Amino acid sequence: METQFDESFKARLAAEGDAAIKALRERAFAAFTDKGFPSLKDEDWKYTNVSPIAKETWKTATAGIELEHEDAGIRAHELLERFKYDRNGLTALNLAMAEIAVIKIAKDTVVDEPIELNFAAAEGTAIFPHVVVIAESGSKATIVESYSSEARSFTNAAVQMLVEDNASLKHYRVQKDSPEAFNYGVTEVTLGKGSFDSTNINLGGAISRHDIELKFTAEGGEAWVDGLYMLDGEQHSDTHSTIDHAVPNCISHQTYKGVLNGRSRGVFNGKVFVRENASGTDAQQQNKNLLLSNDARVDTKPQLEIFNDDVKCSHGATVGQLEDEEMFYLLTRGLPETLARNLLTYGFAEEVINKIEIEAIKSDLDATVLNRLHAEI
Amino acid sequence: MLLEVKDLHAGIEGKEILKGLNLQVRKGEVHAIMGPNGSGKSTLSKVLAGHPNYEVMSGEVLYDGKDLLEMEPDQRARDGVFMAFQYPVEVPGVSNSQFLRLAYNEKMKHLGEEELDPLEFNDYLKEKAKIVEMDPQFFKRSVNEGFSGGEKKRNEILQMAVIEPKLAILDETDSGLDIDALRIVAEGVNKLRSEENAIILVTHYQRLLNYIQPDFVHVLAGGKIVKEGGKELALELEEKGYDWVKGATN
Ligand SMILES: Nc1ncnc2c1ncn2[C@@H]1O[C@H](COP(=O)(O)OP(=O)(O)O)[C@@H](O)[C@H]1O
Ligand SMILES: [Mg+2]
Repeated sequence: METQFDESFKARLAAEGDAAIKALRERAFAAFTDKGFPSLKDEDWKYTNVSPIAKETWKTATAGIELEHEDAGIRAHELLERFKYDRNGLTALNLAMAEIAVIKIAKDTVVDEPIELNFAAAEGTAIFPHVVVIAESGSKATIVESYSSEARSFTNAAVQMLVEDNASLKHYRVQKDSPEAFNYGVTEVTLGKGSFDSTNINLGGAISRHDIELKFTAEGGEAWVDGLYMLDGEQHSDTHSTIDHAVPNCISHQTYKGVLNGRSRGVFNGKVFVRENASGTDAQQQNKNLLLSNDARVDTKPQLEIFNDDVKCSHGATVGQLEDEEMFYLLTRGLPETLARNLLTYGFAEEVINKIEIEAIKSDLDATVLNRLHAEI
Repeated sequence: MLLEVKDLHAGIEGKEILKGLNLQVRKGEVHAIMGPNGSGKSTLSKVLAGHPNYEVMSGEVLYDGKDLLEMEPDQRARDGVFMAFQYPVEVPGVSNSQFLRLAYNEKMKHLGEEELDPLEFNDYLKEKAKIVEMDPQFFKRSVNEGFSGGEKKRNEILQMAVIEPKLAILDETDSGLDIDALRIVAEGVNKLRSEENAIILVTHYQRLLNYIQPDFVHVLAGGKIVKEGGKELALELEEKGYDWVKGATN
């Protein structure tokens, strides 16, 4: 079957100097040709219709990341080989077209400055960044992944992260694309006996989807996977997360919050697996949604699959409006109703934003949230 | 007359709780309203503050000569009515200082006076916090979130200090306080007491009145004021118990 990416794929392949990666790209492209774009018939995609992306004609552009992968070494190759490109047509397309960058944080190194990855697709273009992050044992770093693509653009990104024993990686993913852009992103994390702390902010995009998957591979790992989606107008944002407690004695914390206004729609699907041998697991997951308009909607599905009795797990999801008692409290302090509403909404979102330790990102998000609420606080 | 409650009948979910309550409060006065649990003390406080779930069946409430019941809760607040909650509400994600500055500035705007920017307000807040011996570390924390019972009550009085209401209704501000905290809160209230404002102390126990001397004591039972007197009435009540006044309702 022919696809609109055939030509650009040929060009990409011709420029590939690494035989192993070339073979990988070919396999991935074959998978894309076979699968095509995901459809509503796929259980995993039943709420997110990507046909508007498939219908457009895209000009492949560079994402502008300059790191070479040739010298990435054997580990990066291994990780790329492990990438689950066949999870769907979009991940297959990403790997086929991938603009690969490798970030290695050497053993026992502490990188103070955040490592920034900025992606912005211009109107009419598609970009396919694929970043491999290897945090070697005992290292410490912060990765900031930001998206600010233009209207009618298509970002199809993947980030693979390997966090080795005693390494500590902080990860911020801030998606502030145009409300008319399309954004799909996959984050795959392999976590040893270290810590991984991720905050995922989704503010932009007409249709955006983020799949984040974390697998514990050594006892004693601890992960935070948190997020906020704040939508308005006709925006649609979908988060699918999977936390896989494949080994004993790991801890995962997850808080995702949604603020939905206008006719927007949010989707949260959070799977937590606790495997048969994974005793001593502590897994907490919650998803809270605030609906600010009658036409906004959210579909939330926290899923806990536990195959071991010796665990501490909790999960829950709420969808609601602002609390009446909180409103009344603010009113009795003289705040007019609109300001009271805005302040409570801001507070709801702040619970996630407050977590951000980089002041520039935090204050930018504060301002964005307030701007969204047309409020001065 | 600052506040005039006339034959007030009010309740919640169709159930009448206040059954003909009368009360008159002038500027410069401190009134104590005492009553057993469930007698309707919080109902009265919430009706005066304008809680939307409470319904007024009949009667009248005049505040500064205006029909208080016609006013929205936020209007009442900007006009000088303040209620310290028996159970203060937690507001996650909103810092105490942010919240207090907004409340303060709304009032100033209403009065046509100058608003304060965050830096100016911070200085103002530091001064006010001394009144209830509140550590400035509480400014940055989310409103009431993770505060102990006593800290929440102190925070209510801090709000009162910042907003400087004309009429403050303190609903069981003494409950849940240990003796030191009680003294601090009571001294705070005494510092805020003036000829320009009035305070209604709503309480179950007499002990708060050892620290804050009321001008009048009203005993609420069965939805009505059943006994009134000076501060000595509180002591008599303490001695004889609420059964003594409950008899008076029948
Ligand atoms: N939300 C409610 N729904 C029904 N009854 C209520 C509600 N809140 C209070 N009440 C009832 O109203 C009466 C007075 O309560 P309240 O005003 O809280 O008394 P107090 O503050 O004096 O202890 C009690 O009998 C209580 O059970
Ligand atoms: Mg009460």
